[in-house]
Amino acid sequence: MIEVLAELEGNIGAVGYGLAAIGPGIGVGIVWAAYIQATARQPESAGLTRTYAFLGAALSEALALIGLVAPFIYG
Amino acid sequence: MTSSASALASVLAAEGSGGDDGFQAPTVEEFYPEPIAEFDLFGVAFEITRITLIMWLATAVMIGLMVAAVRKPSIVPGKMQFIGESGYSLIRDGMARDVIGPKGLPFAPFLASLFFFILANNAMSIVPLAQISPMSKFAFPLVLAVIVWVIYNWVGIREQGAGRYFKDAAIPPGVPIGALILVTPIELLQVFVIRPFTLAVRLFANMFAGHMLLAVFSLGTVYLLQVGNFSAIFSVGAFAMALAMTFFELLVIVLQAYVFTVLTATYLNGAVEPAH
Repeated sequence: MIEVLAELEGNIGAVGYGLAAIGPGIGVGIVWAAYIQATARQPESAGLTRTYAFLGAALSEALALIGLVAPFIYG
Repeated sequence: MTSSASALASVLAAEGSGGDDGFQAPTVEEFYPEPIAEFDLFGVAFEITRITLIMWLATAVMIGLMVAAVRKPSIVPGKMQFIGESGYSLIRDGMARDVIGPKGLPFAPFLASLFFFILANNAMSIVPLAQISPMSKFAFPLVLAVIVWVIYNWVGIREQGAGRYFKDAAIPPGVPIGALILVTPIELLQVFVIRPFTLAVRLFANMFAGHMLLAVFSLGTVYLLQVGNFSAIFSVGAFAMALAMTFFELLVIVLQAYVFTVLTATYLNGAVEPAH
């Protein structure tokens, strides 16, 4: 018989959110990496591209935020 | 099994069993404090809780600071006036003028009110004795997001005309006809549903998670001190983590207030200028 050392309790939704956060994490990283690179190459374009950087980050982050509420809706 | 491993196992089992002596992790109940006062208005039940009082306090303090900053305006600004004017010009020049464009200056007061209201309320999450931000209750950021949603749609219809505004939202110019099957539903969903939803959820989730993080490490410090064995030495680590997370929370407070306002400005920019 297997002796139980420790048991885990909780919601599988937490694991689901961990998985759901991978994609948006990479996406937001790419957006800001591109913004930093663009600014380093052409510093005067920083103000011009900042709006697009925030828009892109907000769009990719939306997926993580939808993932956050999904366990509440289906849980 | 070695003795240390079995000791660890018994500690873990004691904590996992959820008994009264185990560590009581903070739950969502944190965000539902006992109401201080209750009343009915037109059949709607209102509850005044600790969190409502915190919001009134934060807003009153912010209004007080702003009024104090411009009470005696002088050409050579004093300390208060300098701080107030720098804060306002950060929003007026950095967001209203640079993000929205030349038509953006009329929105500067709205954006500044939004920024300082969110900043003051967020800041309550690390102010001693308050220690909870009203923005970690979903209703507060939701109302702000709905206000923003109404304003940018109203401005878009006023500036571009209803037909033009909704046509540009549904059919972005320069998209090939075949791609419209995919683009139109996504764009409509994005502009009218996802934008306000993510504005509200982003602010809420950040403040909610920040409060839970601080609560876990603070309660952990107290628990490790009280548990009454060698665990007390680990409470130093938990306390250091609570301290570090407080500074991280300070960053999140300012950043989320900024992000909310800059996204509002970005959406207003899309509303005042036709897509091209």
